[in-house]
Amino acid sequence: MAEPEVKSNQAKRTHGETETMEINMGPQHPSTHGVFRAVVELDGETVVKVVPHLGYLHRGIEKIAENRTYHQVIPLTDRLDYMAGASNNLGYCLTVEKLLGIEVPPRGQYIRVILTELSRISSHLFWAGANAHDLGAMTPFFFMVREREQILFFLEMITGSRLTPSFFRIGGMSKDLPPEFRDECMKFVKAFPPRVDEYETLLTENKIWKSRTQGVGYLSAEDCIKLGISGPMARAAGIDWDLRKNQPYSGYDKFDFKPAVYHGCDAYDRYRVRMMEMRQSNEIIRQALESLPEGDHSVTMKGALKPPEGEVYMAIEAPRGELGFYIVSDGTAQPFRMKVRAPTFVNLQSLPKMCEGKLFSDMVAALSSVDLVLAEVDR
Amino acid sequence: MPESNMDLVASVILILVKIGVFFALFMLILAYLTLVERRFLGFFQERYGPNRVGWQGLLQPIADGIKMFMKEEVTVTGANKGVYILAPIVFVAAALMTFSVIPFGNVIWPATMEIGGRVYNFTLANANRGVIADVNVAMLIVFGISSIGIYGLIMAGWGSNNKYALLGGVRASAVMISYELAAGLALIGVVMTTGSMSLMDIVEFQGGYWFGFIPKWFCFTQPLAFVIFLIAIFAETGRTPFDFTECENELVAGYQMEYSSMKFALFYLAEYGHMLAASALMVTFFLGGWQGPFVNAPVLKYFLPVIYFCTKTFVLVFFFVWVRATYPRFRYDLLMKLGWKVLLPATLVNILISPITMKLFGHL
Repeated sequence: MAEPEVKSNQAKRTHGETETMEINMGPQHPSTHGVFRAVVELDGETVVKVVPHLGYLHRGIEKIAENRTYHQVIPLTDRLDYMAGASNNLGYCLTVEKLLGIEVPPRGQYIRVILTELSRISSHLFWAGANAHDLGAMTPFFFMVREREQILFFLEMITGSRLTPSFFRIGGMSKDLPPEFRDECMKFVKAFPPRVDEYETLLTENKIWKSRTQGVGYLSAEDCIKLGISGPMARAAGIDWDLRKNQPYSGYDKFDFKPAVYHGCDAYDRYRVRMMEMRQSNEIIRQALESLPEGDHSVTMKGALKPPEGEVYMAIEAPRGELGFYIVSDGTAQPFRMKVRAPTFVNLQSLPKMCEGKLFSDMVAALSSVDLVLAEVDR
Repeated sequence: MPESNMDLVASVILILVKIGVFFALFMLILAYLTLVERRFLGFFQERYGPNRVGWQGLLQPIADGIKMFMKEEVTVTGANKGVYILAPIVFVAAALMTFSVIPFGNVIWPATMEIGGRVYNFTLANANRGVIADVNVAMLIVFGISSIGIYGLIMAGWGSNNKYALLGGVRASAVMISYELAAGLALIGVVMTTGSMSLMDIVEFQGGYWFGFIPKWFCFTQPLAFVIFLIAIFAETGRTPFDFTECENELVAGYQMEYSSMKFALFYLAEYGHMLAASALMVTFFLGGWQGPFVNAPVLKYFLPVIYFCTKTFVLVFFFVWVRATYPRFRYDLLMKLGWKVLLPATLVNILISPITMKLFGHL
């Protein structure tokens, strides 16, 4: 097939054809969730072309890490995906532990799982609220933030910090759980599933919601694999791939759960996957609280941390997909190179594919369904 | 001065007073509607809403007003100045003018009154009735005015030299034109039954009860028209779920994006004005207007109808807020589809059914 002839607007004007309009979406657009910028070419309401521009939040975290000791990198990882700080901590610590060949004691692993799953719920809650808000529904956001607030309260109770815990250490946790945590968290875990039901009454079967999300942002399983999409976006396309199940780490093989997989490939199923994941994370937390082993929460580390020379890659299932850390060690106390495989950075590539030829409104829905955290995209 | 002219003067004075009081109250109500909406949204969303300024936030609208006055007037570079400045004026004027024909009460002043030993007649030009202008083509005026209101949006979108604003303006005009059709045709059934386009006549027609307790409102005799008009009016006022004209998450703020200070405040007020006007029209056409129990009782007849009208309108305003708190936003093309392929044919069916039922059952 011959390439369609591309005419300039000037040429179109002289031939009496309609022109396209280029609009600049972002970096201060309300539905780009941060500082993402896309130059969108519109033909009426139809998106003709999307050119994403990244880098407005680039802080050079990977480069900074080269001048920090291994422990000093942990607070930096919090600032990647700030919606789920604990996940980043876990990913980084597991990578260094793999390099060192350390196994965290069971209690430490369980506490890690609890924290990570709590932050997964919090992240998904905020996403679902923001996604609903992007599509014009105000109220779900406030309902979801209510539960998220409780989770942040738990994070503060354990770690002293609401958003950026920096509580993980290489070889375990900084401290043990506070004694009152177990009962408090159990209360939340029992109360949470009915709350998810409540959100779903507002959205899941809503006709308008369905019409706005079903078939919107379509990305087939084949395209997902080609683009390297992971996490809920891939699972919404029917790809049964969850690193917690497929490459268990930090004791995830001891928990009984089933990854949420839907086959719609659209924004609606991404929403359903995340709703289901919240329920499952809640279930994992319940199991972890019930069978919390006694013992040390951390291995004792002596002296300066100097891993052997070598390189290592380790990936975990973060709320947004496969979060990987690649570390090259030259035997000194600082990493020679650290590379973060940020899930949203990869997932965001699918945006032009999902949007071009669709309506502008659908672009907002599609962009929202990616679950952007720009701090992670730009690093 | 001839005797009859004195009556005319008395009536004109009454009308002017009526307009003055109405205008002042109306602007006050509009300002407080913003508070009402924000507080109710707060209740729906498990938060407080504005409750800091004054008791229960009652001074909030005033604080907002002062803030708006203090803001810098910005005219964007490249704006088409005349159009840019005229847009909010047109929009707010349209919102206010709709109320000139909506009856808010039955008789609000005695027909004759003795002042200074002379009996004055206040019935000229319906001065003592609860409507500013009882026009016999009031319904057409309502639609005419709301069409003019659209110009405000288009002008704002065009004049402010902003692509998002332009998109908002284009959407607004498209939506309003399609939905005005549905809204207008939905009312044909009502007009056919009443035999008049005067809103006062339409309200008076809805007096009385079936079986002594079901009020003879048009929402019962014209249920299809009621639903269509309700949907259409949501689209026309640009409220959730049809708020594409602003559409924060797509068009940032739509047509009002480049407006600041009082120009923005005018748009803001006008939107609430349109919402209030829409509620009042719903009440007038389908919910019996000022009709209610004891509207003809001796002294009560002067203010009871006004209370009924205000209460009903407020309930509808609450409904608008409730819907906003519940539903996501529709998509633009789906809305157009709904308007042209569902609502318009449905109104035509309604126009077909109405005379048949009238023939079969009389005027009920």
